[in-house]
Amino acid sequence: MTPLLETRALSKHFGGLHVTNDVNFALAAGEIHCLIGPNGAGKSTFFRLLLGEYTPERGQILYAGEDITALKPFARIRRGMSVKFQVPGIFPSLSVAHNLEIALQHHLEGASLGAEIRRLLAFLNLSAAASERAGNLSHGQKQWLEIGMAISLKPRLLLLDEPTAGMSPDETFATGAMVQALNRDGVAVLAIEHDMAFVRQIAQRVTVLHVGRIFAQGTTDAIIADERVAAIYLGETDAPPLRSVADA
Amino acid sequence: MSLAMTLLRRLEGPQTLGRGPAFWTAFAIVIAAAIAYPWFADGYTVGNTAYFFCWVFMALGLCLIWGYGGALSFGQTAFFGLSGYAYGVLTLNVGAAYGFTLAALVLAVALSAVMAALLGYFLFFGRIGGVFLGIITLSVTLALERFMAQTAGPEWKIGAARLNGYNGMSGMPPLTVPWFDGEIVLFPDVALYYGLLGLLIVVYLALRILVNARFGNVLVAIRENPERAEMLGYDVRRYQLAAFVIGSALAGLSGTLYTAWGQYITPSSMGLTAAALPVIWVAVGGRGDLTATLLGTLVVLGGFQALTIYGSQYALVVMGLLLVVVVLAAPDGLVVAAMRGLGRLRRREAGR
Repeated sequence: MTPLLETRALSKHFGGLHVTNDVNFALAAGEIHCLIGPNGAGKSTFFRLLLGEYTPERGQILYAGEDITALKPFARIRRGMSVKFQVPGIFPSLSVAHNLEIALQHHLEGASLGAEIRRLLAFLNLSAAASERAGNLSHGQKQWLEIGMAISLKPRLLLLDEPTAGMSPDETFATGAMVQALNRDGVAVLAIEHDMAFVRQIAQRVTVLHVGRIFAQGTTDAIIADERVAAIYLGETDAPPLRSVADA
Repeated sequence: MSLAMTLLRRLEGPQTLGRGPAFWTAFAIVIAAAIAYPWFADGYTVGNTAYFFCWVFMALGLCLIWGYGGALSFGQTAFFGLSGYAYGVLTLNVGAAYGFTLAALVLAVALSAVMAALLGYFLFFGRIGGVFLGIITLSVTLALERFMAQTAGPEWKIGAARLNGYNGMSGMPPLTVPWFDGEIVLFPDVALYYGLLGLLIVVYLALRILVNARFGNVLVAIRENPERAEMLGYDVRRYQLAAFVIGSALAGLSGTLYTAWGQYITPSSMGLTAAALPVIWVAVGGRGDLTATLLGTLVVLGGFQALTIYGSQYALVVMGLLLVVVVLAAPDGLVVAAMRGLGRLRRREAGR
């Protein structure tokens, strides 16, 4: 079966620094996949390559079998990808409901637009803040609002860059529940995350990136049990052999 | 029918101040007062008010590009001058018969739109933003001013129209409207005043509809966070370009009307001082709202003219000072601050 998202020998360097190095990655439709790795592993660069914000030096990106390597970001979004950034990307001086309206107006208008805004506000625990200026929300609420904007596009693939950064444990857990609810509706999720409790809560598979390469890949339990993964987080290993924990 | 209803609904929305019966009643009263105004004022004053109206279109255009789209263009005057000269060249060559002045107006504005599309394409598709957009657009208007200033020689003519260097072009006919028994000449008094008032109302309402529609939503999204806007699937460059073309065409409309009003146009209309003034009008009133821009522009224009009578150099100093004070004390603009204050007061009264 064709993966929903696939990269083939994807490579990106800044000067002499190979930030993404021959990455062959595949994500199945409907899967929740977490991308972990120490700081500087190349996770965010990999995301920006997937989104089209960076152009790779080599390699291909395929979405539902189509080569999207040369497409602009907005064109990728229109094909069914959506993203939530690490730093909340919202429209700060507009109201919360207006933020959602701008995201939803692609496919809705009139009464159905209003109904969908109310439904999303409830889903995001933001009903009480509908007319609040988005810039005045708490950090966690801003993260939820951005998730709401991202899912307004009815994506088949949702990219989440550290969706729980700066959240309290309760907010993190609630975010995990949101992601799982979306996944039950058929949305595939690729999340960069550091919080292992969150990874454990949502991930079906985990990929470890290290110095721009795939270091390990497998189920959450297998990755957590892998001592070599713990070692790279502690800075004890720098050799990045490509291998699969599931295959080992 | 449903389209008309949709358009009417978009006359108010999150992107414009003023809504509900109170606002539209006030609007109707202002329009009625503006219609009655020439009955009480002398021809000169009415013509002078028409002169103010000429400039407002340029301010509204800048409000769209800068206030709503977040791209500060310093080049409104480039299109103002371009269309002004185009109107002059066209009408000096063809004349005013058969309502040609109206065709010249449309062609002159269209020329600005085409040039704005060309310049805007390189700016926005080249991903030039922020301060560089201001620098490039300012450079364009200054280059045009310099170019037109050196066209004094007899070789600088297009057909019968001499460009005349720094002295500028003059003698073009005023706007004329073909009518059943001859034609109506819109001399710069009552006739032109009503013509411009009508045009101003149409443009103001059309812009209100535009900014409250899907287009306006995307435009403010780009102003707030262009990366997020793109990641919602919008081609940011196209929206910025569209706003730039519409806003610049409105500057062209101002230039054409100004040229028809005074029957002259000079290179200084594209110079540094001229280029800075629209920014001041829009910033002082409130760049983020059409009504604030419209009111602010008229008030500042009136104040500027009153000051000029006592000494033009002081008037410019006051304008500069006004900009600094507004940026520091009410960065969203004086009219916006006043309207918000009024809204708060009404809510407080209602809460009692």
